[in-house]
Amino acid sequence: MLDAVLITVSVTALLLAAWCGVAALRDQPTNDWHFVAMGVVTVAALVQLVISIVQLAHGDRPQHGMAVFLPYLVGAALVIPAAAFMSLAERTRWGSAIVAAGGLILAVLELRLNEIWGAGHG
Amino acid sequence: MADGTRVSTTKGGDGMTDDAGSGHTPDDAEAQAPKVRIGQGPGRLLLSLYAVFTVAALSRSIVQIATKYHDAPLAYVLSGVAGVVYAVITVALWKGGEQARRVALVCCSAELAGVIAVGTLTLVDSSAFPDATVWSDFGVGYVFLPLALPVAGLLWLRRAARGAGQRREQQTGSEA
Repeated sequence: MLDAVLITVSVTALLLAAWCGVAALRDQPTNDWHFVAMGVVTVAALVQLVISIVQLAHGDRPQHGMAVFLPYLVGAALVIPAAAFMSLAERTRWGSAIVAAGGLILAVLELRLNEIWGAGHG
Repeated sequence: MADGTRVSTTKGGDGMTDDAGSGHTPDDAEAQAPKVRIGQGPGRLLLSLYAVFTVAALSRSIVQIATKYHDAPLAYVLSGVAGVVYAVITVALWKGGEQARRVALVCCSAELAGVIAVGTLTLVDSSAFPDATVWSDFGVGYVFLPLALPVAGLLWLRRAARGAGQRREQQTGSEA
């Protein structure tokens, strides 16, 4: 697994979580810039998805098995778009809280992906 | 100019009284069957988290049952049951209404009981569950969200019902 991509996704996800968390605390719904940020994080997660698929195609295998790795990989790519839709439906501070939660969940998924792939193993 | 302003103000005032008067009938209809919106506001955050946990618990148990069922059948089946409970709560929050609220209330209580029972069991006798479930050690592997979610859920469901009740009282009050 490419560490650089993993770190990029994790850091951007945490930044997004912090930003939207502040918006939620200030009683603000998500705005256009939040959605741009969600787009950026999603693109990073999609890049990770593609790179991982390429690595799997080259014969690299996650240490803890494909069956565990793949759902986490797909989940990581879907979390922020799902949160974005929910936040579109919920135009209150709680919509921002949903995106903040999504960012945290994505960061946790990245942590798990790193473990499943085998830290320091690729 | 001054006349115009005065007229429009009077009209505005009249309009408001009219609105309040004509608004009565639909309000009363709503008061009889108040829609308890449990999937909005804080409820939507809960709904999102429950959806995530549904996917997490169900996919986890499916993978485990499919690949290594005999290692710890109880733990894997339990993860599956937890996933189903999460799924029911997610759907109930999504649908809304009083009946869905009651279903969610029962499921959140069951979930809380499950977390506490399994959490205590895993702490007291770690051999009971050879492999971790979502509820092991009070959900420590999921930053205690499995314990926090049902508590937040129960509080929210109670508040949502009270909110609907208050709306109903206000409507009957304005009628009198």
